Amino acid sequence: MEQKYEAVIGLEIHAELQTRSKMFCACPADYAHAESPNTHICPICTGQPGTLPVVNRAALEQGIQVALALHCTIPPLNIFARKNYYYPDLPKGYQISQYEMPLAVNGWVEVPVGKEGTLQRIRIRRVHLEEDTAKLFHQGDRSLIDFNRAGVPLLEIVSEPDMHSVDAVLAYAMHIRNVLRYLGVNSGDMQKGVLRFEANISVRPAGSQELRTRTEIKNLNSFRALTRATAYEIRRQIAIYESGGQVLQETLGWDEEHEVTLSQRSKEHAHDYRYFPEPDLPPLQIEAAWVEALRAALPELPEARRQRFIEAYGLPVAEARILTAEKSLADYFEAVLPQTQASPREVSSWMIGEFLRHLNERQIEVEAVPFPPQALAELLNLVAQRTITMATAKEVLREMFESGAMPQVIVEARGLAQIADEATLMPLIEQVLQENPQVVESYLNGKESVFQWLMGQVARATRGKADPQLTRQLLQSRLDALRRSRL
Amino acid sequence: MDLYSLTITQAHELLRQRKISSLELTQAVLERIREVDGQIGAYLTVTEGVALEQARQADERLRRGERVTPLTGIPFGVKDSIVTEGIRTTCGSRILEHYVPPYQATAVRRLLEAGAVLLGKHNLDEFSMGSSTENSAFFPTRNPWDLKRVPGGSSGGSAAAVAAGECFFALGGDTGGSIRLPAAFCNVVGLKPTYGRVSRYGLIALASSFDTIGPLTRTVEDAALVLQVIAGQDAHDATSLAQPVPDYAAQLQRPVKGLRLGLPREYFVPGMEAGVEAALQEAIRQFERLGMEIREVSLPHTPYALAVYYLILFAEASANLARFDGVRFGSAAQQAQTIPELYLETRGKGFGAEVKRRIMLGAYTLSAGYYDAYYLKAQRVRTLLRQDFERAFEVCDVLLTPVSPGVAFRLGEKTADPLAMYLSDVYLVATNPAGVPALALPCGFSEGLPVGMQLIARHGEEALLFQVGHAYQQVTEWHKMRPALGR
Amino acid sequence: MSDTHHPLNIETVHHIANLVQLGLTDEEAAAFLPQLNAILEYFALLQEVDTESVPPAFLLPGARNVLREDNPEPGMSREAFLSNVPASEGEYVSVPRVLEEA
Repeated sequence: MEQKYEAVIGLEIHAELQTRSKMFCACPADYAHAESPNTHICPICTGQPGTLPVVNRAALEQGIQVALALHCTIPPLNIFARKNYYYPDLPKGYQISQYEMPLAVNGWVEVPVGKEGTLQRIRIRRVHLEEDTAKLFHQGDRSLIDFNRAGVPLLEIVSEPDMHSVDAVLAYAMHIRNVLRYLGVNSGDMQKGVLRFEANISVRPAGSQELRTRTEIKNLNSFRALTRATAYEIRRQIAIYESGGQVLQETLGWDEEHEVTLSQRSKEHAHDYRYFPEPDLPPLQIEAAWVEALRAALPELPEARRQRFIEAYGLPVAEARILTAEKSLADYFEAVLPQTQASPREVSSWMIGEFLRHLNERQIEVEAVPFPPQALAELLNLVAQRTITMATAKEVLREMFESGAMPQVIVEARGLAQIADEATLMPLIEQVLQENPQVVESYLNGKESVFQWLMGQVARATRGKADPQLTRQLLQSRLDALRRSRL
Repeated sequence: MDLYSLTITQAHELLRQRKISSLELTQAVLERIREVDGQIGAYLTVTEGVALEQARQADERLRRGERVTPLTGIPFGVKDSIVTEGIRTTCGSRILEHYVPPYQATAVRRLLEAGAVLLGKHNLDEFSMGSSTENSAFFPTRNPWDLKRVPGGSSGGSAAAVAAGECFFALGGDTGGSIRLPAAFCNVVGLKPTYGRVSRYGLIALASSFDTIGPLTRTVEDAALVLQVIAGQDAHDATSLAQPVPDYAAQLQRPVKGLRLGLPREYFVPGMEAGVEAALQEAIRQFERLGMEIREVSLPHTPYALAVYYLILFAEASANLARFDGVRFGSAAQQAQTIPELYLETRGKGFGAEVKRRIMLGAYTLSAGYYDAYYLKAQRVRTLLRQDFERAFEVCDVLLTPVSPGVAFRLGEKTADPLAMYLSDVYLVATNPAGVPALALPCGFSEGLPVGMQLIARHGEEALLFQVGHAYQQVTEWHKMRPALGR
Repeated sequence: MSDTHHPLNIETVHHIANLVQLGLTDEEAAAFLPQLNAILEYFALLQEVDTESVPPAFLLPGARNVLREDNPEPGMSREAFLSNVPASEGEYVSVPRVLEEA
């Protein structure tokens, strides 16, 4: 059914900027760490009569840097506007935002879509600055308001409706989050609400170019909500067309619990925002020299870092892409490198293999890894120095994820060091040979494939600590000796 | 002469010579307020305790000769649209009847730092919307020259207080004549400074791109002394001017001989009362005698000024007054069960008719489909109004116009017809969209009521207005006339 | 020209009152109707001005880039804030329950 239709999706992303003070006043912006409600407030962000806004330079410059990273054009003049609506979380009865003449326009990104990772270009329509609202909590028949978040800088990134699948939506959203984190302007911590999505969705017959009525899903605060809601809404619209109905233009909410989109009253009449230029703020004139200085100060972005990983470390494209898809993962990788004897390829395969497997299993972010990059570097050193085996290293890593202890400590405490001396290994080998006379017999009769099995028995007897190279050498010489004695 | 009717300059001289104390001066004015304000209604709040304490501190400064300014120890009042920290600020509205601001307006802070003594808050039209002070939600202010007449508005309480000896000077607000019209109706001096010359921080906004704070005084010289203290850039007001503040007193005595006085022909048209016209003609002859060159000039877009002014004002005001929603301050419909109920009742009951008319019209002219034809059109014609002044100032230095076509009108005379009330400001409104400074000063009487004239200068040229106005007051006596009250 | 010449009727008066969240009685709305129409009709005057190549005043040359450095400063106390709040509950401002998201 779905192949008969094509979805047309655009995303609006609201990202809080990590400035020290708020967008238009000097209150601390870090509301997540406020000691209690209504403490990061002042006359300005609570909308007291007579107060005036003044633009935060850092927010403006962060906004420009994001726009540059998204390949946008920065027009020479941009202005703020008042967006008028009434809501208890909006202190002034209008939000200072940008409407006509936004900060940046006409950008694009290329994102790998789906399992094949086919690169798709998604255009960015505009990027603009605005202020966040207060937080509402519902309790009985009252709603309670905390203004600590009111006035925190927000960057709104609006895409063109260039996405046609849930995979593309996810890839785009993740890419934007990654860019923001690379720039250090947003923590990407979705649970704290620092990134919020709105999806505009319509569907049309596959192959057609028409634009049909779209719906807008508000307040999607996780990748999971974004993808589930988008998938649901595509199915819902297709079902309406299949049954001969018409999709209504409306604003929808996502019901997390029941996994359905719900109408939030039709929008066209309710929202007449009456935008007009904000008279309290002179226009911003962004000279080319300023833009170039900010461009020059941009940190390395995902694409550039990926390329560098391929060229400087000799990593395969696929591995470089995985490592750079998360700034924190790439940072971790590069923090391990100088501290280890292992090669970049070896570090990379450890991180993409074991390390990421643990993150997935435990559902944690790189930031939550309980040990520093130095610890992983040491672990790989222990392998390189043949102090422990690969098998032991995997076990040590598991323990590191559990306890956060340094590998050296774990190896010593649990006696996991590799057994690499002949005096300890030889008796064990003798024992294995004595306990398995038939197997030895078949080996001596020419069935050399059982050699591996005997190796395994020795490993088992040492709980994986036996140095495989030495074991192989000793076992071979012992078996050779037995063969010679038969002759 | 009674202490309460001195000019600032005279009072300062007595204070400096320690012939009187600020406490005596302050007590004399407080006594005068008790004596006459029952008839006038200039004050909404009298801060006797604050005033006496500040007077004692001023006396201490005067005694030690430390940080003495021309305003140290001088009692003043503030229009109640300007916030005063810890002192109730109503803006003439029921909705703010009990509002006690948590911060200080910049202009008030600067006056208090200079040692001036705060007597209280002056009556005004609700949210500065009006030309008669009859729109005060509490009581109308009466003209000290004729208690059956209005003092003009919206800074009517301030002008009446200065005229009646209830303060030595006042801070008023002028958005489209609100300082100048009452100054003329009450025979005092009123200055609307260049837009941005005085910080708006703490002025409860009416039309943000027109609003100014300025002094009302008994002489031009006094106005210069007050502006000297309150002018200057403010980090809290992004629209405040960066240009340094000149030494106004130093330029006051310069001769005006040879300066070119422009008479805009669009302002001298039929419709002016005979007595007003006669007073103006005499003033023009006076300037001629002072050696000024009289030129006829044209401000061709004058007929559109009132429409431009009100269109932009309504739009900006509709947003500025959105914050009065019963959530964070002000009166609220406490019984409301829902948010819409809270808003509709709080605002429906809290605002008077004129406020409602204006914010409704503002919302209408900004709403979808009307923005271009109303708001944007007005902003384009506003550009033409500005250019009119720029061209006029190519051929003259100062413009002279009437303040009003007539003298103070009777209470109730224009309340039924909003448009007729708007026309009271027809000579005053163009300066605010243009941003240029304008000075109203007494120039005669018509049937026992004061007549004012308006001087207008280039952007930033307040010093020139003071120079010309002061020269006029050196050769005339009109500004020395006082109403016969309570005697 | 006819663009701005749209005299209001009683329904549109109620509609725009609602836009700015004003509760109006029927008497008020009826009294406002002719007043608002008179003012709107007066505004039609501007349509006769040719502004084809005239920029709006908010884009004229003037101050630009008035910015604040990103230095946090303490604001006001919760007590000072809540002292003006019509209804509060503990550390919060309180309003009737919000029924739907904006």
